[in-house]
Amino acid sequence: MLTAMILVPFIGGLVVAFAPTKKNPTLTKQLALGVSLVTLVLAIVLAVQYQTDGGTQFVEDTMWIRAFGAHYALGVDGLGLTLVVLTAILTPVVVLASWNDGDEGRWSTAAFFGFMLALEALAIGVFAATDVFLFYVFFEATLIPTYFLIGGWGGPNRARAAVKFLVFSLAGGLVMLAAVVGLYVESAKAGTPSYLVADLAKLDMGTATGRLLFVGFFIAFAIKAPMFPVHTWLPDTTEQATPGTSVLLVSILDKIGTFGMVRFCLGIFPEASRWATPVVIVLAIISILYGAVLAIGQDNISRLIGFTSVSHFGFIVLGIFVMNSQGQNGANLYMFNHGLSTAALFLVSGFLIKRHGSASIRTLGGVEKVAPVLAGFLLVAGLSSLSLPGLAPFVSELLVLVGAFVHSPWTAAFAVLGIVLAAMYILIMYQRVFTGPERPVTAGISDLGVREVVAVAPLLLLIVVLGFYPKPVLSVLNPTVKDTLAHVGVSDPTPAVAEGSGK
Amino acid sequence: MTTFNAPHLEYATLLPLLIVLGGAVVGVLVEAFVPRERRYVVQSALAGVVVLAAGVDTAVVTRNLGLFHDKPGKVVAEGAIAVDGPTLFIWGLVLALSFLGVLMFAERKLESGVLSFAGQAAALPGTEAERQASTRGLEHTEVFPLLLFAVSGMMLFPAANDLLTLFVALEVLSLPLYLLCGLARRRRLLSQEAAMKYFLLGAFSSAFFVYGIALVYGYAGSMGFAQIANAVAGRTDGHVLLLGGMGLMAVGLLFKVSAAPFHAWTPDVYQGAPTAVTGFMAAGTKVAAFGALLRLFYVAFGGARWDWEPLFWAIAILTMVVGSVLALAQTDMKRLLAYSSIAHAGFMLTGFLGARSLGVVKAGDISAVQAILFYLLTYGFMTMAAFAIVTVVRDAGGEATGMARWAGLGKESPLLAGVFAFLLLAMAGIPLTSGFTGKWAVFAAAVSAGAWPVVLVAVLLSAVTAFFYVRVIVVMFFSEPVGEGPSVAVPSVLTMLVIAVGTAVTLVLGVVPGPVLDRLGDVAQFIR
Repeated sequence: MLTAMILVPFIGGLVVAFAPTKKNPTLTKQLALGVSLVTLVLAIVLAVQYQTDGGTQFVEDTMWIRAFGAHYALGVDGLGLTLVVLTAILTPVVVLASWNDGDEGRWSTAAFFGFMLALEALAIGVFAATDVFLFYVFFEATLIPTYFLIGGWGGPNRARAAVKFLVFSLAGGLVMLAAVVGLYVESAKAGTPSYLVADLAKLDMGTATGRLLFVGFFIAFAIKAPMFPVHTWLPDTTEQATPGTSVLLVSILDKIGTFGMVRFCLGIFPEASRWATPVVIVLAIISILYGAVLAIGQDNISRLIGFTSVSHFGFIVLGIFVMNSQGQNGANLYMFNHGLSTAALFLVSGFLIKRHGSASIRTLGGVEKVAPVLAGFLLVAGLSSLSLPGLAPFVSELLVLVGAFVHSPWTAAFAVLGIVLAAMYILIMYQRVFTGPERPVTAGISDLGVREVVAVAPLLLLIVVLGFYPKPVLSVLNPTVKDTLAHVGVSDPTPAVAEGSGK
Repeated sequence: MTTFNAPHLEYATLLPLLIVLGGAVVGVLVEAFVPRERRYVVQSALAGVVVLAAGVDTAVVTRNLGLFHDKPGKVVAEGAIAVDGPTLFIWGLVLALSFLGVLMFAERKLESGVLSFAGQAAALPGTEAERQASTRGLEHTEVFPLLLFAVSGMMLFPAANDLLTLFVALEVLSLPLYLLCGLARRRRLLSQEAAMKYFLLGAFSSAFFVYGIALVYGYAGSMGFAQIANAVAGRTDGHVLLLGGMGLMAVGLLFKVSAAPFHAWTPDVYQGAPTAVTGFMAAGTKVAAFGALLRLFYVAFGGARWDWEPLFWAIAILTMVVGSVLALAQTDMKRLLAYSSIAHAGFMLTGFLGARSLGVVKAGDISAVQAILFYLLTYGFMTMAAFAIVTVVRDAGGEATGMARWAGLGKESPLLAGVFAFLLLAMAGIPLTSGFTGKWAVFAAAVSAGAWPVVLVAVLLSAVTAFFYVRVIVVMFFSEPVGEGPSVAVPSVLTMLVIAVGTAVTLVLGVVPGPVLDRLGDVAQFIR
């Protein structure tokens, strides 16, 4: 089942890229949309069949490289499932929203959509891998289509941005490689080498070794997430890439960072995770505040959204590392909601930028009057990004803050500042761009077309529905969180965990 | 009066080596007796057949020795040659790479009907004689027997089980290569300079090597690896002789694998030599020399591991730093690949540090020998294919090796540029390519033996190497062509085959390396 979910978009991507559709780019686009919709249907089937009582499901396990102990092993728990579903939801949305973005690039339209579908396949592979080696392979492999997507389509400095992205990611990936190799050695010491997460979780490593390997994994995930101080590649990339690429990158691929923290850092190195908690929490809070403050000061809308994500990822990491069930539930839910709200934000502002020809806030104003639907969509997306009650991200942000408060009131106090700042960056942007008197340059901006509305509407709908009724997602996530916390607390329960689980 | 005892030779076991040597001799005779017009066909066919036959026979020998049934192999030729798992693996690998080498040597379409070697090497560059040679379409078909001699040296080198054989093999391997380096048809001065540099420095390093042999002989009282190993194991004194000998011999071998600080020749020679020779030499020499390095230090000097390991820690780190950092500044494709090969030598030396005593290694663990042999396999094929691609990107003056000339290749020839990008990603160690599995294996071996600080350095420098490989990709795909841009000459099926095979191996070993690694695990055991 999971293999099918990887193969459908992958083979679909190859077909899209190489099918002889040069004369008819529309066919390419329809084909790409079709493939991504089939994947979405598979994802829905997967979600329906998933038993909410926890555990890893849809397990596949075949020996791959015996000498390395590497398995081709797939399976999803609650967290994996939500992220796979998120990927499957966002891809068709992005394909539809980027309908014409692939036409003006370095390579053909077919290549654009081919890379997108390949990326979807690899991202699903990342979230479904239950073997560290396989995870690493998918993790690194996602870089290649992303690199070409950033470098091939978008702003004038995209080649530079693409290289910056690749170098940061590769550096992180290679540090992780050292840790992955280290895990093999530890595993081989204990008996037959195996890279299955389930086997590695049982491994009894020395404290020092465990911490060293933890740091290796954490650095890679922190770059990916991205956290302060290794976030600098993200704004540069979102500024240059097409909105669709940015969505795939920020809403899906960056989740690999936080997903990896839960799955591997907490799952394999419980002791080291507790040891690192203070530092990580400080970094997370810096990310929240720093990202938000810089977002306020941005003139380029795409850069602004990039920085808001740095802030949001700070919240997610905070939720993970406060080590209690509220925080973790919040963080896991946040990953899903952030995917939706940031995607909406990128896409709608992308429509605006495309019409206007510039992403500079300074040159815009009064758009509300000429394009009311666009303005309305952006307002909803923006409000969800600042966690307005009633919209989905509010639930997750609140849970994270509750978790932070349980951990320590001071942490929560600092994190709450992030909400205030979020209101500022979104509302100031909205005010400058959409309200005020109409300006001659913006007079010609047309409102959203049918295709654009159809692409983004499902996202906004989901944001509203999950804002009022988050239970479906939470009920899937809850057992997984319990498992994770039980695992982290098993060897040596800490007060923070006791407080959280005692409720 | 001593009676002469004829040495006992196991001809059946040594047959692959003898086939290649015999083929080389026949090639010399062909040069003397076959008319000029027919030499090309006869020589290239002979070389190809000889290499194939030797390859097939290597497989037969492997089966006869029962290596896959827990037999260790055997020491033959009065203790001079050890035919064991690593030897046979390297034979097979060298022969496979040589076959690709023969194909590249035999390419005639790129130079419009003649070999890419000088028409008449004795004619001075820029003279009337040179012009005449090229208008008459002269060719040096001697390159094929020279290649076969070099191959025989490459086969003997890792199999040598005593110091003298080792030295003879080193020279047999090197001398033809010195000559081949100077035979480029185009840019002949650069080529001759390369040959001269390679020869002088090579001779210099051989001198070190021989002096090292003398010291070790003085210490152990024997040339045989087994006796040296015994002497080292039961040593009480004589440290200076042993350490000095080991150090000097290491210089000679590290020169051949182009490890820093003995790497200085590599970029110049790789750049100046005819690209077919560069590819063959880069792949074959490294394989053979690493085989010899492994056997010498693991078998003969294994007991002195604690003495040589610190030295190799330093060398491995230095080599990786030099290779990856200096590569950043290169603007010539062949020089870039040369520095990349230095960096690869460093990664392999990292694996070399994974030496562990036999008792410590559990069944199923990745051993250092297994890891390095696997890395050599991956490295050899991707290097051959990469250099083969360099030969087909051309402009009016022959190969366009300047990196600026490669700008826009992605538009000109997406397939070729795509394949080259894939090979570069493999060299950078991106998963699903053989470069990744190879790197993983050497790193795992090194970490298992506690050399994790070196691995950490290696990992960070891998990121640096990735940067310059990616730069080439950027140039090919993201830059607009300068001037009229590069043109991709359509080569004959020979060069295409080299590219196809090299790429296929790189892909297959990246996706399903399991069978090869398992087999290697069974046979990667030296005998004494």
